[in-house]
Amino acid sequence: MTMHATNMGNSLYKTDPLTKRLNAAEARFRIYGMAAVAFGVLALVGLLTSALGTGVSAFRQTFVEIPVMLDAAVLDKSGNRNPEEMAKITTIGYAKVLETAMVAELTERGLLNDRVSAKDAGGLISKEAPAQLRNMVLANPELLGTTVEFRALANGRVDGFFKGRVTMESAALDSNISPAQLELAQKMRELGLLSVSFNWGFITGPDASELRPEAAGLGVAILGSLYMMIFVLVLALPLGVAASIYLEEFAPQNRFTDLIEVNISNLAAVPSIVFGILGLAVFINFGGLPQSSPLVGGLVLTLMTLPTIIIATRAALKAVPPSIKDAALGIGASKTQTVFHHVLPLAMPGILTGAIIGLAQALGETAPLLLIGMVAFVRDYPAAPPEGFLDPAAALPVQVYNFTQRADPAFIERASGAIIVLLVFLLAMNLLAIILRRRFERRW
Amino acid sequence: MKTVKFTVSALAIIAASASGAFARDQIQTAGSSTVLPYATIVAEAFGENFDFPTPVVESGGSGAGRKKLCEGVGENTIDIANSSSRIKQSDIDLCAQNGVTEIIEVRIGYDGIVFASDINGAEFAFTPADWYNALAAEVVKDGALVANPNKTWADVNPAMPAQDLLAFIPGTKHGTREVFDEKVLHAGCKASGAEEALIAAKGEEDGKKACLALRTDGVSVDIDGDYTETLSRIDANKNAIGVFGLSFYQNNTDKLRVATMDGVVPSVESIASGDYPVSRPLYFYVKKAHLGVIPGLQEYIDFFVSDDMAGPNGPLAAYGLVSDPELAATQAMVAAGTPMGPLK
Repeated sequence: MTMHATNMGNSLYKTDPLTKRLNAAEARFRIYGMAAVAFGVLALVGLLTSALGTGVSAFRQTFVEIPVMLDAAVLDKSGNRNPEEMAKITTIGYAKVLETAMVAELTERGLLNDRVSAKDAGGLISKEAPAQLRNMVLANPELLGTTVEFRALANGRVDGFFKGRVTMESAALDSNISPAQLELAQKMRELGLLSVSFNWGFITGPDASELRPEAAGLGVAILGSLYMMIFVLVLALPLGVAASIYLEEFAPQNRFTDLIEVNISNLAAVPSIVFGILGLAVFINFGGLPQSSPLVGGLVLTLMTLPTIIIATRAALKAVPPSIKDAALGIGASKTQTVFHHVLPLAMPGILTGAIIGLAQALGETAPLLLIGMVAFVRDYPAAPPEGFLDPAAALPVQVYNFTQRADPAFIERASGAIIVLLVFLLAMNLLAIILRRRFERRW
Repeated sequence: MKTVKFTVSALAIIAASASGAFARDQIQTAGSSTVLPYATIVAEAFGENFDFPTPVVESGGSGAGRKKLCEGVGENTIDIANSSSRIKQSDIDLCAQNGVTEIIEVRIGYDGIVFASDINGAEFAFTPADWYNALAAEVVKDGALVANPNKTWADVNPAMPAQDLLAFIPGTKHGTREVFDEKVLHAGCKASGAEEALIAAKGEEDGKKACLALRTDGVSVDIDGDYTETLSRIDANKNAIGVFGLSFYQNNTDKLRVATMDGVVPSVESIASGDYPVSRPLYFYVKKAHLGVIPGLQEYIDFFVSDDMAGPNGPLAAYGLVSDPELAATQAMVAAGTPMGPLK
């Protein structure tokens, strides 16, 4: 009324003080909102540029390609071509073969000078290469006595040189590489003995020790995360949906169900490490399940994800209009029929979205895995399921954490690379959630 | 319904295989993050050259690893604890309580602790007494005990540059801190005459304890993370001096300038000869009851201490481990599986 009174006699085209104040308040609020969004966007851009800036180079790797003479007299002393006897020659023996081959090739090309010793030349090749060569020969003893074109990873420092991480100045101070070695690597690149190409090994390969950062990959971690996600999906989705349907549609409203409801909301906010402590006590110490296995990891993450899924599912069930339920009941459907034929299908997009967001949350979790022995150096791939669920494995966020702990600077690049892979997986899952919602969502 | 049945039966199969076939076929180790890189190097080479799976190496700290080792005997407990400090009587008691009566103690070599600053900073030559006078809560000045008044390294020792005091030292949960306390702070406390004065002022017990008390005005910063954190802190604050493991420094010689201690430059050689004072032995502890049960365990520990791995020309030395001069005795002890006696 008062507003009407003050406006009396004023033109609508002329703003009075009150309107001015209201408009100013609105403008201010818009600025606050924009500032909040800008801050968020800035943080995101900062995160992405730092991860992409250091991590993209992890997907490219330097390789050395040289002919290697596989001397049968050295690698198979008995001459029987029996893989069991040949296995006695360890990777140390194969490292010498590679060094000899490197020196032979460089001498032929006239690249060796007195500033580079045989050991320095051999040092350009990754310490992973002897193991590759050994596996190759043991798998196919016929190769002995021939010369093969062998493609090996280059040493992490050499790789860093071509990516700009290592410079001549830093190499002069570096005890692991010398400028002479880098000059040699540069010449080798000009001759095509050394090349930089896409690094599948980073995505598929297992972790590696600190002596060979160039070989470290995410294969075991991706498999471990995948196994755990399978577990979470198979266990948490049916359990969560069943619990929510019961609580939402069938359970009587009393103190007891109220208590359960409060507890579920509470559990969703419990720090995830608590679930790790629980997992250690129940699944490993009491249940006797193997440590570091995706089975235990999956169970722990299931417990962690359940409240999220239950809350999302109940919200989706609540969003189905009561008129649909009433109509179904009205034409004689039983309660179960109503729920499973009408309510659940309509709530499905919301449930799936909730489940996928829960999964994405579980995928990025490290803390609970710390206590059940999954934050570890695992180099062997877990076997195919179901046995593989019991083999030790790592997980993607764990691998990021492990890489950041290591001394060799090459692992910094790999940690950021692993973050990129993790972000891609998370983005894919969230996209899937959006697509499912867009495609199947119904509005009333 | 079909999918539900399938899910249930799949879960049943997993549960059955979990409880039925319970043979763990890979070695499980846990413990010190200082020993971790060495253990992973050996585990990797072991997996490549032997017909056994690659051992799983967990970190988590020396104390946590030993505690895990002592949880009991059985395939869901670990086989080996890596440790950067010697096992304690309390660990042995806990082990005995849980049925782990025989433990094999294996010393793999020595690790140096170095003091380093930004590569473009000034050169430093320290003595333990300098560190004591820089970081301790109370120091001796003009013959009297006073609260530490020193502001720059030049205040501590006129021979050093007038750079503000700031040190990043390992937090108390690290095994490295124990060595820092004992070989640097305590040694410096003695050398600077502060111990005598502190004991005179506070009595035997409290005086010795006061030797390790650090000033709390922000000059000494505990780093609870790992050496990568110390490195990035130094990167952000070029005036600071950090405490690192020798192997970490050797992998980052292009970013760090190492300081001498008592005039000795830390290196594998100077630590092996005993000239460089701040070093410590590294160990791992094997549960003897698991030998012969976990496939490859005996082979793994033999391989770990073999000359090919832990010897002076092996990959561990290349990474920064100071090879043990008594390695041959350790090899014989490991081959025979001799459990350790009571702590001396």
